[in-house]
Amino acid sequence: MTRTRRLVVPAQNDQLAKLATFVASAAVDAGFNANTISRIELAVDEACSNIIDHAYAGAPGAIRCDVTTEPLQQLTIVLVDQGRPFNPDLVPEYEYCRSLNEAKIGGLGLHLMRQVMDDVCFEFSLPGVGNRLTMVKHYDRNSECP
Amino acid sequence: MLMEISVKPLKEVDIISVSGRIDSATAPEFDNALKGLLERGRRKLALDFSSLSYVSSAGLRAMLSALKTAKNSGGNVVLVAANERIRDTLTLVGFHTLFLQFDDAVDAVDSF
Repeated sequence: MTRTRRLVVPAQNDQLAKLATFVASAAVDAGFNANTISRIELAVDEACSNIIDHAYAGAPGAIRCDVTTEPLQQLTIVLVDQGRPFNPDLVPEYEYCRSLNEAKIGGLGLHLMRQVMDDVCFEFSLPGVGNRLTMVKHYDRNSECP
Repeated sequence: MLMEISVKPLKEVDIISVSGRIDSATAPEFDNALKGLLERGRRKLALDFSSLSYVSSAGLRAMLSALKTAKNSGGNVVLVAANERIRDTLTLVGFHTLFLQFDDAVDAVDSF
């Protein structure tokens, strides 16, 4: 049965652990295994850190997190903020590093989000909404079962 | 308790034990601890992650910065007892090839 749950928190780094726990709880209900749940938490942490650091950039604001679970099918996370639009295309693409000289620091967060989620969609300055980030993780029976 | 750090010198190596989670809230303290040691000339660091549950990109950036500084002065930064979750995150960004990893601190200290 499809279920949507919502958490609204101040856009502050000290809320990241709470957001991670909220999303992990939903991911458990959707049937994902521990490894996938950890990865989903990571994606949400990175996304919310970007909102706090780049969209609000120290200004007060809120993050709304809606998580929709369709057990053994998929989990959809929608993050909404009213900060400055943040264009991910301007972030240099992360280059998977093979040596210390090649290792770059920029773009790590976005890279992780795209690595662990199946769909990552940014929408900006939507009338009456704000900025909206939608991330989807599909349930893959082959990889979720031991 | 989101994160706690303690430092124990053993021979020429500093064992930095980190517990809790390293995310954007706690990474600045973690980064400062590493930078503080490196600025004092310590360059052989073993990060004991046996009580660390999680690290985000904010922590990875601090680790990479410390590794580059240490290597530039002939030292190194190695990892001890990182859990499966942290190892998975390291692999997702390719950092597993940059950091030597050990199961216990004694082996890590002996590696320098």
